[in-house]
Amino acid sequence: MANKLIGQNYTTPDLVAKVTGKAKYAEDYRVDGMLFCKLLTSPMPHARVKRLDTSKALAMPGVKAILTADDMPGAAAGATLGENVQSTAQAERGLTNEPLYQGEPILAIAATSELEAAEAVEAIDIEFEALPFVVDPIEALRPGSANARTQGNVWVRPPAPAGGRGASGDAARGRGAAPPSPPPPQVTVWKWTEADFANAKEGELPLGKFSDEWSFGNVDDGLKKADLVLDETFMTQSTGHQPLETRTAMAYWQNGKCYLHGSTQSTVQTVASFARWAGIQPNQVVMISEYTGGGFGSKIPGSIFMAIPALLSKKANAPVMMRITREEEHFIGRARPGVIARVKAGFTKDGRITAIDMYAICDNGPYDAQGDARTAGTTISLAYQPQAMRWRGLTVLTNTPPKVSQRAPGGMQGVGIMEPILSKAARRLGIDQVEIRKINAPSGKAPFGPTLPNGKQAYVTSAFVKEALDKGRELFKWDEKKAAFSGKRQGTKARGIGVAVSPFAGGSIGFDALFIIKPDGRIQIQSGIGNLGTHSLFDVHRIVAEMLDVPWEQCDVVFGNTAKNLPWTCVSAGSQTAHAMTRAAHAASTSAIKKLQEIAAKSRGGNPEAYKVAGGKVSGPGGSMTFAQAAQKAIELGGTYDGHEVPEELNNFTKTSAKALAGQGLMGVAKDTYPRDGQSQSYVVGFAAVEVDTETGAVKVLDYTAIGDVGRILNPRGLKGQLFGGSMLGLGHAMTQRWAYDQHYGLALARRFHHNRPPTILDAPTNFIGDAVDLADPETPTGIRGVGEPPVGAAYGAIMNAIADAIGDDAFKRSPVTADILLTSLENGGKRTHETLTAHI
Amino acid sequence: MEDNKMSEETPQSASRRNFIKGVIAAGAVASSSAYLFRSTTLHGQPSAAGAVERLITLNVNGQDRRIDVMPQDTLAMTLRYKLGLTGTKLGCDRAECGACTVLVDDVPRYSCSVLAHTVRGRKITTIEGLADATTGKLHPVQQGVIDEQGFQCAFCMPGFVMATVGYLKTNPNPTRQELAHGISGNLCRCQDYDKILTAMMRGADNARKG
Ligand code: FES
Ligand code: FES
Repeated sequence: MANKLIGQNYTTPDLVAKVTGKAKYAEDYRVDGMLFCKLLTSPMPHARVKRLDTSKALAMPGVKAILTADDMPGAAAGATLGENVQSTAQAERGLTNEPLYQGEPILAIAATSELEAAEAVEAIDIEFEALPFVVDPIEALRPGSANARTQGNVWVRPPAPAGGRGASGDAARGRGAAPPSPPPPQVTVWKWTEADFANAKEGELPLGKFSDEWSFGNVDDGLKKADLVLDETFMTQSTGHQPLETRTAMAYWQNGKCYLHGSTQSTVQTVASFARWAGIQPNQVVMISEYTGGGFGSKIPGSIFMAIPALLSKKANAPVMMRITREEEHFIGRARPGVIARVKAGFTKDGRITAIDMYAICDNGPYDAQGDARTAGTTISLAYQPQAMRWRGLTVLTNTPPKVSQRAPGGMQGVGIMEPILSKAARRLGIDQVEIRKINAPSGKAPFGPTLPNGKQAYVTSAFVKEALDKGRELFKWDEKKAAFSGKRQGTKARGIGVAVSPFAGGSIGFDALFIIKPDGRIQIQSGIGNLGTHSLFDVHRIVAEMLDVPWEQCDVVFGNTAKNLPWTCVSAGSQTAHAMTRAAHAASTSAIKKLQEIAAKSRGGNPEAYKVAGGKVSGPGGSMTFAQAAQKAIELGGTYDGHEVPEELNNFTKTSAKALAGQGLMGVAKDTYPRDGQSQSYVVGFAAVEVDTETGAVKVLDYTAIGDVGRILNPRGLKGQLFGGSMLGLGHAMTQRWAYDQHYGLALARRFHHNRPPTILDAPTNFIGDAVDLADPETPTGIRGVGEPPVGAAYGAIMNAIADAIGDDAFKRSPVTADILLTSLENGGKRTHETLTAHI
Repeated sequence: MEDNKMSEETPQSASRRNFIKGVIAAGAVASSSAYLFRSTTLHGQPSAAGAVERLITLNVNGQDRRIDVMPQDTLAMTLRYKLGLTGTKLGCDRAECGACTVLVDDVPRYSCSVLAHTVRGRKITTIEGLADATTGKLHPVQQGVIDEQGFQCAFCMPGFVMATVGYLKTNPNPTRQELAHGISGNLCRCQDYDKILTAMMRGADNARKG
């Protein structure tokens, strides 16, 4: 591919609307006769509605309709809930008569003003029966403890039928495929014994029975032959996603269709999930979402609570706006599951990891099973390439807000759990921190995860982690800082440096792209990508301009409204978009170039192959045609040229859109069917220098460097922005962000920004360097992979490692590493004093 | 490296204190609870007679706008729902995030925490009022965002831009650290603070060049 646009900075076409206040987010739409809705939410962590009388509220002035759980469809099994998570029959339904967490919506009231709706909520006559609850996952495993759901406390996957879907699924996925997905899990009662708890030392995760397991190699042999074995327990915290825009939504009905204005990480994929949640047909949905104020995984795609204004609107026969407050968002706005893990890791004296034996508990919240603990394990197997590994896990239900994927789900936790162990080993063995990571780094088609039924592990498309470590070492000035900084005290200031390696999924395949070369010569590109701020909505379509060799200014991107005929697109999650949608754009551009050549040959004579597309023209032996002329000719020719006939393999969503657009010009449309050998993973290595004030416990990140191995650079400013934003999220997990639950009453103590403490501009590193090795992924025609997620774990790990370098390896065993943890440890000779096994404190 | 500095020591000229004083002086810190939550005492009862006029005039973006407000209506809700100015965002509705920042007599204020009737006769500027009304030419700080492709989802952007415009009125030539402190009452969850600060510094530069 040429290189006029890819790898260059530009201004996204939506920026002027954003900076002048014209950009419309969900709450910015107004419709005549719009009602407002307020929710009645559960005051208890687990309860049953015993008595509910809405008559008094319904009779109040301004009140138009009340929606209760009885109006909601059954649980929407099959709806997409995040990265590789599908809802089950035990999923949430938007409203409930058995709330499983404080803040869970019970009913919703629509009235002419929000004040009247709030008044009516007050007038609801409701009585709850309190049910047993648990907010701490380890507590939930104690003999005789309460269960978060009446059915039990743990998600357990039934064993796969012998020789069943595992093998065939793997065959269908081809070589290097990810592990096959096991059968859907069920909620069961699962307790450890008193002896399990008694056998664990203080601060150690007890090793009761675990439900899930995978492995490769011989772990017991690996640990036996190791020169050094470390056995550490670490707790990563649960944190809310807290996008700045809450999940506000507005809906109305017209001619049998529901027009939904909402906030989502995918314009097109929200249609099917929302239809399931609202119990309507996908063809009844028009999804409008031009701007989304952040998602970070919490809006994949959209939110189940979108069903509330939609169904209220139907009931009240008027548009309904549901504004979600910041405090409501704490409860219903999703959260990252905390993972508590115990890892035994063996090292040779040269620093090579011989084996990892990992036990992990996922603090799952009350609803569908999240994969974070499992992904933490596969991430570790990839990042540090142990010679053997066994992972055992339990997904424990708690009466805390529902968890879903948050930027680097499980990946961030895995890096945070393993990095401190690697750092400690390097110090014990006298090996440089960068060196020990290079010794264990993935490279080339590196294997990861369990042994598959074919006897082999899955593997990645490529890995240039050693190159990234070398580049970072130089830019960060690691060796200089090591001499000047590492473990040095200056008065009351202790300084330290740290480095971490963080992989995460970097791309999916198989989506569609669709554009039209119009008779005026402009290129109209249809985009189903959600506009949540990553710029990939526009970045990926620059492939079209690059390949057709036209100025970017000649392209118009149509987005944000499913009535505008958009193609089937990935969700913007799991750092898929830059990889998946540049492939699709490449395929559609290739198809358009072929059509241009054929049209030129038909019109001007000669062989199609003899014609070249360049400079906005198609030229060859018989002369040249402008794109405008070719578009006109395409309409005359019809068939495949103007979209009346489209490739069979397209998704039906794309086919419907193409049909509506057929005849408007030359259509470029295709599905990405390019081969791929291996799983696309991206990597970021992080380097941090911190200063700890030993009198106040305050930590300042002085320098931070993030280096990506994320394929070819698509948009340099976008890359740096993703590296910085992701690093800040990791910094927040290392230093500031937390939840707090009253363990006795199961109620949230920290519900707002000033309690949960997401980082501010003053927490940002004083000096930041963000860059990439800029080496193409060999398994995708554009060479491009995603970057959004791996920076999170890199900063989380590197900053915790730097703090440990400053004040000692044994000062903390949980995050965030707060001032009180540091000060009490310092007073205790650098040894931890804090509790390790209780979550949300 | 000097150029990349974000935040170090608190600069002496920090304007945050003045900002906070401004908010307190207006006597309007507590905000939205009347609007959103259980304001039973207000409903159905006349507000204390004569305490607050409901028909008021606000000067917004250079225009006098006559509107009907309830005593408990915040400036943010009034701008968004009575005047159609939805560029001012609500991120928390309780003085935590700065998404709702507007200028009142050139001072940045959290409009979610200012009651509308308390700013009668004051000059209110929102994100919609920054560009030149006749030519459409962007304000230098807005232009800084365009020049640097600042922000990601941009939900925080109107607040950051207004806070910067206000801060630059007291310190037109700030260092990166000074500006970071000046706008530290604004929260961004996409957290690309580095590029935000670069864009805002570019805006300051644009403003000085005129
Ligand atoms: S909305 Fe006003 S400060 Fe957050
Ligand atoms: S850019 Fe998304 S909140 Fe600031």
